[in-house]
Amino acid sequence: MSNAKDNNTPSAGVSRQTFLRAAMGGAGLVYAAGLAYPVYRYVASPIEKAAKEGAVTEVTLKDAQKLAPGSALMFRFGSRPTLLIHHDDGTWTALSAVCTHLACTVQYQADKKRIHCACHGGVYDPKTGANISGPPPKPLRRYEVKVTDVAVIVSRNPQGA
Amino acid sequence: MEFAKHKTVPVHSQAFWYYWGGLSLFFFVIQFLTGVLLLLYYRPGPDAYDSVRQITFDTNFGWLVRSVHSWAANLMIVAIFVHMFSVFFMKAYRKPREFGWWSGVALLGLAMVFGFSGYLLPMDDLAYFATKVGMEISNLIPVLGPKLADLVRGGPDVSEYTVHRFFALHVVVLPAVFLPILGFHLWLVQRHGNALPPSEAARTAAQRKSESFFPDFMMKDFAMWLVAFNILSVLAFMFPWELGPQADPLKPAPLGIHPEWYFMSQFQVLKVFGDWFPGKLGEILGIVVFTVGGILWFLIPLYDHAQEAGRRARRATWFGLLTLIMLIVTTVWGYLAL
Repeated sequence: MSNAKDNNTPSAGVSRQTFLRAAMGGAGLVYAAGLAYPVYRYVASPIEKAAKEGAVTEVTLKDAQKLAPGSALMFRFGSRPTLLIHHDDGTWTALSAVCTHLACTVQYQADKKRIHCACHGGVYDPKTGANISGPPPKPLRRYEVKVTDVAVIVSRNPQGA
Repeated sequence: MEFAKHKTVPVHSQAFWYYWGGLSLFFFVIQFLTGVLLLLYYRPGPDAYDSVRQITFDTNFGWLVRSVHSWAANLMIVAIFVHMFSVFFMKAYRKPREFGWWSGVALLGLAMVFGFSGYLLPMDDLAYFATKVGMEISNLIPVLGPKLADLVRGGPDVSEYTVHRFFALHVVVLPAVFLPILGFHLWLVQRHGNALPPSEAARTAAQRKSESFFPDFMMKDFAMWLVAFNILSVLAFMFPWELGPQADPLKPAPLGIHPEWYFMSQFQVLKVFGDWFPGKLGEILGIVVFTVGGILWFLIPLYDHAQEAGRRARRATWFGLLTLIMLIVTTVWGYLAL
Protein backbone atom coordinates (compact mmCIF):
# COMPACT_ATOMS: atom_id res chain seq x y z
CA MET A 1 0.00 0.00 0.00
CA SER A 2 2.63 2.45 1.09
CA ASN A 3 4.98 1.28 -1.66
CA ALA A 4 2.38 1.99 -4.28
CA LYS A 5 1.94 5.45 -2.84
CA ASP A 6 5.67 6.15 -2.93
CA ASN A 7 5.78 5.17 -6.58
CA ASN A 8 3.05 7.62 -7.32
CA THR A 9 4.94 10.51 -5.71
CA PRO A 10 6.49 12.53 -8.51
CA SER A 11 9.66 13.41 -6.59
CA ALA A 12 10.87 11.87 -3.35
CA GLY A 13 12.74 15.12 -2.55
CA VAL A 14 9.59 17.17 -2.40
CA SER A 15 7.82 14.79 -0.07
CA ARG A 16 10.82 14.66 2.22
CA GLN A 17 10.93 18.43 2.32
CA THR A 18 7.22 18.59 3.04
CA PHE A 19 7.65 16.03 5.78
CA LEU A 20 10.56 17.93 7.34
CA ARG A 21 8.64 21.18 7.17
CA ALA A 22 5.65 19.59 8.86
CA ALA A 23 7.88 17.99 11.50
CA MET A 24 9.60 21.28 12.24
CA GLY A 25 6.27 23.09 12.33
CA GLY A 26 4.97 20.46 14.71
CA ALA A 27 8.03 20.72 16.94
CA GLY A 28 7.63 24.50 16.90
CA LEU A 29 4.02 24.17 17.97
CA VAL A 30 4.99 21.84 20.81
CA TYR A 31 7.59 24.38 21.94
CA ALA A 32 5.12 27.25 21.71
CA ALA A 33 2.53 25.32 23.68
CA GLY A 34 5.13 24.26 26.24
CA LEU A 35 5.99 27.93 26.71
CA ALA A 36 2.50 29.34 26.59
CA TYR A 37 0.93 26.91 29.05
CA PRO A 38 3.03 27.74 32.15
CA VAL A 39 3.03 31.44 31.28
CA TYR A 40 -0.76 31.45 30.96
CA ARG A 41 -1.25 29.52 34.21
CA TYR A 42 1.21 31.86 35.95
CA VAL A 43 -0.54 35.00 34.77
CA ALA A 44 -3.98 33.52 35.48
CA SER A 45 -3.05 32.45 39.03
CA PRO A 46 -5.11 35.15 40.84
CA ILE A 47 -8.14 34.44 38.64
CA GLU A 48 -8.04 30.80 39.69
CA LYS A 49 -7.67 31.86 43.29
CA ALA A 50 -10.66 34.22 43.05
CA ALA A 51 -12.74 31.50 41.45
CA LYS A 52 -11.89 29.20 44.35
CA GLU A 53 -12.80 31.92 46.85
CA GLY A 54 -16.01 32.66 44.97
CA ALA A 55 -16.99 29.04 45.28
CA VAL A 56 -18.02 29.52 48.95
CA THR A 57 -21.64 28.75 49.67
CA GLU A 58 -21.85 30.13 53.19
CA VAL A 59 -20.32 32.95 55.22
CA THR A 60 -20.59 33.23 59.00
CA LEU A 61 -20.48 36.80 60.31
CA LYS A 62 -19.59 36.64 63.99
CA ASP A 63 -21.47 39.09 66.25
CA ALA A 64 -23.36 40.53 63.28
CA GLN A 65 -26.63 39.76 65.13
CA LYS A 66 -25.82 42.85 67.22
CA LEU A 67 -26.23 45.08 64.15
CA ALA A 68 -28.71 47.83 65.10
CA PRO A 69 -32.10 47.86 63.32
CA GLY A 70 -32.16 50.35 60.44
CA SER A 71 -28.50 49.83 59.60
CA ALA A 72 -26.39 47.74 57.28
CA LEU A 73 -22.91 46.31 57.02
CA MET A 74 -20.76 45.38 54.07
CA PHE A 75 -18.90 42.07 53.94
CA ARG A 76 -17.31 39.79 51.38
CA PHE A 77 -19.20 36.78 50.12
CA GLY A 78 -16.29 35.00 48.46
CA SER A 79 -14.73 37.86 46.57
CA ARG A 80 -17.94 39.89 46.08
CA PRO A 81 -18.98 42.81 48.28
CA THR A 82 -22.30 41.98 49.91
CA LEU A 83 -24.77 43.98 52.03
CA LEU A 84 -26.34 42.69 55.22
CA ILE A 85 -29.32 44.90 56.17
CA HIS A 86 -31.17 44.79 59.51
CA HIS A 87 -34.53 46.45 58.84
CA ASP A 88 -36.51 48.51 61.36
CA ASP A 89 -39.16 45.80 61.54
CA GLY A 90 -36.52 43.34 62.71
CA THR A 91 -36.23 41.40 59.45
CA TRP A 92 -32.91 40.76 57.73
CA THR A 93 -31.82 40.86 54.11
CA ALA A 94 -28.52 39.98 52.44
CA LEU A 95 -27.99 41.31 48.91
CA SER A 96 -25.11 41.39 46.50
CA ALA A 97 -23.72 44.93 46.55
CA VAL A 98 -22.63 44.79 42.91
CA CYS A 99 -24.90 46.95 40.76
CA THR A 100 -26.40 44.95 37.90
CA HIS A 101 -25.86 47.91 35.58
CA LEU A 102 -22.09 48.42 35.38
CA ALA A 103 -20.80 46.68 38.53
CA CYS A 104 -20.31 49.68 40.84
CA THR A 105 -20.70 48.95 44.54
CA VAL A 106 -24.10 50.10 45.80
CA GLN A 107 -24.91 51.54 49.25
CA TYR A 108 -27.80 51.26 51.71
CA GLN A 109 -29.37 54.66 52.50
CA ALA A 110 -31.16 54.17 55.82
CA ASP A 111 -32.88 57.59 55.77
CA LYS A 112 -34.44 56.99 52.35
CA LYS A 113 -34.97 53.29 52.91
CA ARG A 114 -33.42 52.41 49.58
CA ILE A 115 -30.31 50.98 47.99
CA HIS A 116 -28.62 53.51 45.77
CA CYS A 117 -25.86 53.27 43.19
CA ALA A 118 -23.89 56.50 43.02
CA CYS A 119 -22.41 55.76 39.60
CA HIS A 120 -25.55 56.10 37.46
CA GLY A 121 -28.33 56.66 39.97
CA GLY A 122 -29.78 53.13 40.05
CA VAL A 123 -32.21 52.43 42.92
CA TYR A 124 -33.14 49.06 44.42
CA ASP A 125 -35.62 47.90 47.03
CA PRO A 126 -33.66 47.09 50.24
CA LYS A 127 -35.98 44.19 51.18
CA THR A 128 -36.17 42.33 47.90
CA GLY A 129 -33.30 43.75 45.86
CA ALA A 130 -35.74 44.56 43.03
CA ASN A 131 -34.55 47.24 40.62
CA ILE A 132 -36.94 50.19 41.11
CA SER A 133 -35.56 53.02 39.01
CA GLY A 134 -32.56 54.09 36.98
CA PRO A 135 -30.54 51.99 34.54
CA PRO A 136 -30.15 48.64 36.41
CA PRO A 137 -31.63 45.87 34.23
CA LYS A 138 -31.94 43.19 36.93
CA PRO A 139 -32.55 42.90 40.69
CA LEU A 140 -29.63 42.44 43.06
CA ARG A 141 -28.84 38.86 43.92
CA ARG A 142 -30.38 37.78 47.23
CA TYR A 143 -28.85 35.49 49.83
CA GLU A 144 -30.42 33.44 52.62
CA VAL A 145 -29.98 34.89 56.11
CA LYS A 146 -30.02 32.92 59.35
CA VAL A 147 -29.63 34.80 62.64
CA THR A 148 -28.33 32.92 65.69
CA ASP A 149 -27.29 34.02 69.18
CA VAL A 150 -23.67 34.46 68.19
CA ALA A 151 -23.61 35.18 64.47
CA VAL A 152 -25.45 35.81 61.24
CA ILE A 153 -25.04 33.09 58.63
CA VAL A 154 -25.43 34.13 55.03
CA SER A 155 -25.75 31.41 52.41
CA ARG A 156 -26.28 31.01 48.74
CA ASN A 157 -29.93 30.56 47.93
CA PRO A 158 -30.33 27.07 46.51
CA GLN A 159 -33.13 28.37 44.29
CA GLY A 160 -30.79 30.99 42.96
CA ALA A 161 -33.40 33.75 43.44
CA MET B 1 15.21 42.62 4.74
CA GLU B 2 17.12 43.70 1.65
CA PHE B 3 19.92 44.65 3.98
CA ALA B 4 19.87 41.27 5.72
CA LYS B 5 20.22 39.49 2.37
CA HIS B 6 23.33 41.42 1.45
CA LYS B 7 24.94 41.07 4.82
CA THR B 8 27.50 38.26 5.01
CA VAL B 9 29.23 36.49 7.86
CA PRO B 10 32.76 35.10 7.53
CA VAL B 11 33.21 31.34 7.67
CA HIS B 12 36.41 30.03 9.27
CA SER B 13 37.71 27.78 12.02
CA GLN B 14 36.98 30.31 14.75
CA ALA B 15 33.49 31.28 13.57
CA PHE B 16 31.99 29.42 16.55
CA TRP B 17 32.71 32.47 18.70
CA TYR B 18 30.44 34.64 16.56
CA TYR B 19 27.39 33.15 18.25
CA TRP B 20 28.09 34.38 21.74
CA GLY B 21 26.96 37.95 21.26
CA GLY B 22 23.66 36.66 19.91
CA LEU B 23 23.40 34.27 22.86
CA SER B 24 23.95 37.15 25.29
CA LEU B 25 21.15 39.01 23.53
CA PHE B 26 18.92 35.94 23.69
CA PHE B 27 19.39 35.65 27.44
CA PHE B 28 18.75 39.35 27.84
CA VAL B 29 15.41 38.99 26.04
CA ILE B 30 14.57 36.08 28.38
CA GLN B 31 15.46 38.31 31.32
CA PHE B 32 13.24 41.06 30.04
CA LEU B 33 10.25 38.75 29.54
CA THR B 34 10.58 36.80 32.79
CA GLY B 35 11.31 40.07 34.62
CA VAL B 36 7.98 41.47 33.46
CA LEU B 37 6.27 38.28 34.61
CA LEU B 38 7.87 38.55 38.05
CA LEU B 39 6.74 42.17 38.25
CA LEU B 40 3.14 40.93 38.19
CA TYR B 41 3.52 39.59 41.74
CA TYR B 42 6.69 40.96 43.29
CA ARG B 43 6.27 43.62 45.98
CA PRO B 44 9.35 45.56 47.09
CA GLY B 45 9.71 46.92 50.62
CA PRO B 46 8.73 45.10 53.82
CA ASP B 47 6.67 42.57 51.84
CA ALA B 48 9.53 41.61 49.53
CA TYR B 49 10.35 38.23 51.07
CA ASP B 50 6.72 37.28 51.46
CA SER B 51 5.91 38.14 47.88
CA VAL B 52 8.80 36.02 46.57
CA ARG B 53 7.65 33.21 48.86
CA GLN B 54 4.17 33.52 47.32
CA ILE B 55 5.61 33.56 43.80
CA THR B 56 7.67 30.47 44.56
CA PHE B 57 5.11 28.41 46.45
CA ASP B 58 1.59 29.81 45.89
CA THR B 59 1.54 30.89 42.26
CA ASN B 60 1.14 28.49 39.34
CA PHE B 61 4.59 27.90 37.83
CA GLY B 62 5.94 30.82 39.85
CA TRP B 63 8.90 28.69 40.92
CA LEU B 64 9.66 28.09 37.25
CA VAL B 65 9.46 31.73 36.19
CA ARG B 66 11.72 32.71 39.06
CA SER B 67 14.11 29.86 38.37
CA VAL B 68 14.37 30.77 34.68
CA HIS B 69 15.03 34.42 35.60
CA SER B 70 17.83 33.45 37.99
CA TRP B 71 19.42 30.87 35.71
CA ALA B 72 19.21 33.06 32.61
CA ALA B 73 20.84 35.90 34.55
CA ASN B 74 23.84 33.70 35.25
CA LEU B 75 23.96 32.25 31.75
CA MET B 76 23.78 35.76 30.31
CA ILE B 77 26.86 36.78 32.27
CA VAL B 78 28.64 33.60 31.11
CA ALA B 79 27.71 34.37 27.50
CA ILE B 80 28.87 37.98 27.80
CA PHE B 81 32.20 36.89 29.30
CA VAL B 82 32.78 34.36 26.51
CA HIS B 83 31.76 36.98 23.94
CA MET B 84 34.10 39.56 25.46
CA PHE B 85 37.13 37.26 25.59
CA SER B 86 36.53 36.01 22.04
CA VAL B 87 36.34 39.61 20.85
CA PHE B 88 39.52 40.32 22.77
CA PHE B 89 41.49 37.44 21.29
CA MET B 90 40.18 38.14 17.78
CA LYS B 91 41.44 41.69 18.31
CA ALA B 92 37.96 42.82 17.29
CA TYR B 93 38.29 45.92 19.48
CA ARG B 94 40.65 47.50 16.97
CA LYS B 95 39.77 50.38 14.72
CA PRO B 96 37.03 50.91 13.60
CA ARG B 97 35.42 48.82 16.35
CA GLU B 98 36.65 50.70 19.45
CA PHE B 99 33.16 51.85 20.37
CA GLY B 100 31.83 48.33 19.98
CA TRP B 101 34.37 47.27 22.61
CA TRP B 102 33.65 50.17 24.95
CA SER B 103 29.87 49.81 24.74
CA GLY B 104 30.25 46.05 25.19
CA VAL B 105 32.37 46.36 28.34
CA ALA B 106 29.85 48.92 29.63
CA LEU B 107 27.04 46.41 29.00
CA LEU B 108 28.95 43.76 30.96
CA GLY B 109 29.40 46.21 33.85
CA LEU B 110 25.70 47.03 33.78
CA ALA B 111 24.79 43.35 33.61
CA MET B 112 26.81 42.78 36.78
CA VAL B 113 25.01 45.66 38.51
CA PHE B 114 21.75 44.08 37.30
CA GLY B 115 22.89 40.89 38.99
CA PHE B 116 23.95 42.59 42.20
CA SER B 117 20.74 44.61 42.54
CA GLY B 118 18.52 41.68 41.59
CA TYR B 119 20.22 39.42 44.10
CA LEU B 120 18.87 41.45 47.04
CA LEU B 121 15.26 41.59 45.90
CA PRO B 122 14.05 38.29 47.47
CA MET B 123 15.44 39.50 50.84
CA ASP B 124 16.40 36.05 52.06
CA ASP B 125 19.41 35.69 54.33
CA LEU B 126 21.96 35.10 51.55
CA ALA B 127 20.70 38.10 49.62
CA TYR B 128 20.83 40.25 52.72
CA PHE B 129 24.39 39.38 53.73
CA ALA B 130 25.76 39.40 50.18
CA THR B 131 24.44 42.93 49.75
CA LYS B 132 25.68 43.99 53.16
CA VAL B 133 29.20 42.79 52.38
CA GLY B 134 29.10 44.17 48.84
CA MET B 135 28.14 47.59 50.09
CA GLU B 136 30.94 47.58 52.67
CA ILE B 137 33.43 47.48 49.82
CA SER B 138 32.45 50.96 48.68
CA ASN B 139 33.46 52.14 52.17
CA LEU B 140 37.04 51.67 51.03
CA ILE B 141 36.75 54.57 48.60
CA PRO B 142 38.23 57.46 50.58
CA VAL B 143 35.92 60.23 51.87
CA LEU B 144 33.03 59.66 49.44
CA GLY B 145 32.73 55.88 49.95
CA PRO B 146 30.78 55.71 53.21
CA LYS B 147 28.45 58.56 52.19
CA LEU B 148 27.80 56.88 48.86
CA ALA B 149 27.07 53.54 50.54
CA ASP B 150 24.58 55.20 52.91
CA LEU B 151 22.83 56.87 49.98
CA VAL B 152 22.58 53.64 48.00
CA ARG B 153 21.36 51.67 51.03
CA GLY B 154 19.02 54.39 52.23
CA GLY B 155 20.58 54.27 55.70
CA PRO B 156 23.46 52.75 57.59
CA ASP B 157 22.15 49.22 57.11
CA VAL B 158 20.50 47.07 54.46
CA SER B 159 16.76 47.49 55.03
CA GLU B 160 13.44 47.73 53.22
CA TYR B 161 14.61 51.10 51.91
CA THR B 162 17.51 49.32 50.25
CA VAL B 163 15.11 46.85 48.64
CA HIS B 164 13.07 49.74 47.24
CA ARG B 165 16.14 51.49 45.89
CA PHE B 166 17.59 48.34 44.37
CA PHE B 167 14.18 47.59 42.87
CA ALA B 168 13.99 51.03 41.22
CA LEU B 169 17.55 50.51 39.99
CA HIS B 170 16.88 46.99 38.73
CA VAL B 171 13.64 47.59 36.83
CA VAL B 172 13.79 51.25 35.82
CA VAL B 173 17.21 52.88 35.96
CA LEU B 174 19.34 50.02 34.66
CA PRO B 175 17.06 49.12 31.74
CA ALA B 176 16.84 52.80 30.83
CA VAL B 177 20.64 52.97 30.66
CA PHE B 178 21.20 49.47 29.29
CA LEU B 179 18.79 49.52 26.34
CA PRO B 180 20.20 52.56 24.49
CA ILE B 181 23.74 51.23 24.90
CA LEU B 182 22.60 47.83 23.67
CA GLY B 183 20.93 49.51 20.68
CA PHE B 184 24.15 51.39 19.94
CA HIS B 185 26.19 48.19 20.30
CA LEU B 186 23.93 46.27 17.89
CA TRP B 187 23.91 49.15 15.43
CA LEU B 188 27.72 49.16 15.43
CA VAL B 189 27.77 45.41 14.78
CA GLN B 190 25.55 45.95 11.72
CA ARG B 191 27.68 48.85 10.57
CA HIS B 192 31.07 47.19 10.84
CA GLY B 193 30.09 43.56 10.32
CA ASN B 194 31.90 40.66 11.93
CA ALA B 195 35.55 41.18 12.71
CA LEU B 196 38.07 38.70 11.36
CA PRO B 197 40.61 37.14 13.69
CA PRO B 198 44.19 38.19 12.77
CA SER B 199 44.91 34.78 11.18
CA GLU B 200 41.98 35.20 8.79
CA ALA B 201 42.68 38.86 8.14
CA ALA B 202 46.16 37.88 6.94
CA ARG B 203 44.64 35.87 4.06
CA THR B 204 43.69 37.38 0.74
CA ALA B 205 40.06 38.14 0.04
CA ALA B 206 39.93 35.28 -2.48
CA GLN B 207 41.03 32.80 0.16
CA ARG B 208 38.32 33.83 2.63
CA LYS B 209 34.92 32.21 2.74
CA SER B 210 31.66 33.72 3.87
CA GLU B 211 27.96 32.95 4.04
CA SER B 212 24.86 35.09 3.86
CA PHE B 213 23.47 36.41 7.12
CA PHE B 214 19.97 35.59 5.94
CA PRO B 215 19.02 32.81 5.91
CA ASP B 216 22.26 30.82 6.48
CA PHE B 217 23.79 32.42 9.55
CA MET B 218 20.45 33.36 11.04
CA MET B 219 19.29 29.74 10.98
CA LYS B 220 22.46 28.69 12.78
CA ASP B 221 22.02 31.56 15.21
CA PHE B 222 18.48 30.38 15.78
CA ALA B 223 19.67 26.81 16.32
CA MET B 224 22.12 28.08 18.96
CA TRP B 225 19.30 29.91 20.68
CA LEU B 226 17.29 26.72 20.69
CA VAL B 227 20.19 24.86 22.28
CA ALA B 228 20.57 27.65 24.84
CA PHE B 229 16.84 27.58 25.54
CA ASN B 230 16.92 23.83 26.11
CA ILE B 231 19.89 24.08 28.46
CA LEU B 232 18.16 26.90 30.33
CA SER B 233 14.93 24.90 30.62
CA VAL B 234 16.69 21.81 31.91
CA LEU B 235 18.63 23.83 34.49
CA ALA B 236 15.56 25.76 35.63
CA PHE B 237 13.48 22.57 35.90
CA MET B 238 16.06 20.29 37.47
CA PHE B 239 17.63 22.83 39.80
CA PRO B 240 14.92 25.28 40.80
CA TRP B 241 16.38 28.41 42.34
CA GLU B 242 16.12 28.21 46.10
CA LEU B 243 14.67 30.68 48.54
CA GLY B 244 16.50 30.83 51.87
CA PRO B 245 15.03 31.82 55.21
CA GLN B 246 13.89 35.41 55.57
CA ALA B 247 16.65 37.93 56.22
CA ASP B 248 16.99 38.76 59.90
CA PRO B 249 19.52 41.41 60.93
CA LEU B 250 19.71 39.86 64.42
CA LYS B 251 20.82 36.48 63.13
CA PRO B 252 24.48 35.71 62.44
CA ALA B 253 25.56 35.30 58.82
CA PRO B 254 25.15 31.73 57.54
CA LEU B 255 28.33 29.67 57.10
CA GLY B 256 30.00 29.61 53.69
CA ILE B 257 28.39 32.84 52.56
CA HIS B 258 29.85 34.08 49.33
CA PRO B 259 28.94 36.35 46.43
CA GLU B 260 27.69 35.20 43.03
CA TRP B 261 30.40 33.51 40.97
CA TYR B 262 31.00 36.59 38.81
CA PHE B 263 32.06 38.55 41.89
CA MET B 264 34.05 35.63 43.32
CA SER B 265 37.35 36.72 41.78
CA GLN B 266 37.19 40.19 43.31
CA PHE B 267 36.02 38.68 46.60
CA GLN B 268 38.98 36.29 46.71
CA VAL B 269 41.54 38.93 45.71
CA LEU B 270 40.30 41.19 48.50
CA LYS B 271 40.49 38.31 50.96
CA VAL B 272 44.01 37.30 49.90
CA PHE B 273 45.37 40.83 49.91
CA GLY B 274 43.75 41.29 53.30
CA ASP B 275 45.74 38.29 54.55
CA TRP B 276 49.01 39.46 53.00
CA PHE B 277 48.82 43.08 54.05
CA PRO B 278 47.38 43.86 57.45
CA GLY B 279 44.56 46.36 57.97
CA LYS B 280 42.95 48.47 55.33
CA LEU B 281 46.09 48.47 53.18
CA GLY B 282 45.39 44.98 51.83
CA GLU B 283 41.82 45.80 50.82
CA ILE B 284 42.85 49.06 49.22
CA LEU B 285 45.63 47.30 47.29
CA GLY B 286 43.14 44.70 46.13
CA ILE B 287 40.78 47.40 44.89
CA VAL B 288 43.65 49.20 43.16
CA VAL B 289 44.73 46.02 41.34
CA PHE B 290 41.21 45.45 40.08
CA THR B 291 40.61 49.06 39.13
CA VAL B 292 43.90 49.44 37.26
CA GLY B 293 43.39 46.08 35.54
CA GLY B 294 39.87 47.08 34.56
CA ILE B 295 40.99 50.43 33.15
CA LEU B 296 43.79 48.79 31.13
CA TRP B 297 41.28 46.24 29.85
CA PHE B 298 38.79 48.94 28.90
CA LEU B 299 41.36 51.09 27.13
CA ILE B 300 42.98 48.32 25.07
CA PRO B 301 41.82 49.80 21.72
CA LEU B 302 43.91 52.89 22.51
CA TYR B 303 47.24 51.08 22.83
CA ASP B 304 46.86 48.00 20.63
CA HIS B 305 46.39 49.22 17.07
CA ALA B 306 45.24 47.41 13.98
CA GLN B 307 48.36 48.09 11.96
CA GLU B 308 50.67 46.54 14.46
CA ALA B 309 50.40 42.82 14.00
CA GLY B 310 53.80 42.06 15.53
CA ARG B 311 55.15 42.17 19.01
CA ARG B 312 52.63 44.61 20.42
CA ALA B 313 49.73 42.46 19.30
CA ARG B 314 51.30 39.46 21.00
CA ARG B 315 51.62 41.54 24.14
CA ALA B 316 47.87 42.17 24.06
CA THR B 317 47.25 38.45 23.65
CA TRP B 318 49.44 37.74 26.67
CA PHE B 319 47.55 40.38 28.63
CA GLY B 320 44.26 38.71 27.68
CA LEU B 321 45.53 35.26 28.65
CA LEU B 322 46.89 36.56 31.94
CA THR B 323 43.56 38.23 32.74
CA LEU B 324 41.60 35.11 31.84
CA ILE B 325 43.87 32.83 33.87
CA MET B 326 43.85 35.20 36.86
CA LEU B 327 40.05 35.41 36.80
CA ILE B 328 39.67 31.62 36.62
CA VAL B 329 42.35 30.89 39.22
CA THR B 330 41.05 33.40 41.77
CA THR B 331 37.45 32.27 41.20
CA VAL B 332 38.28 28.57 41.69
CA TRP B 333 40.52 29.47 44.61
CA GLY B 334 37.65 31.46 46.12
CA TYR B 335 35.33 28.45 45.97
CA LEU B 336 37.98 26.10 47.35
CA ALA B 337 38.66 28.48 50.24
CA LEU B 338 35.01 28.65 51.34
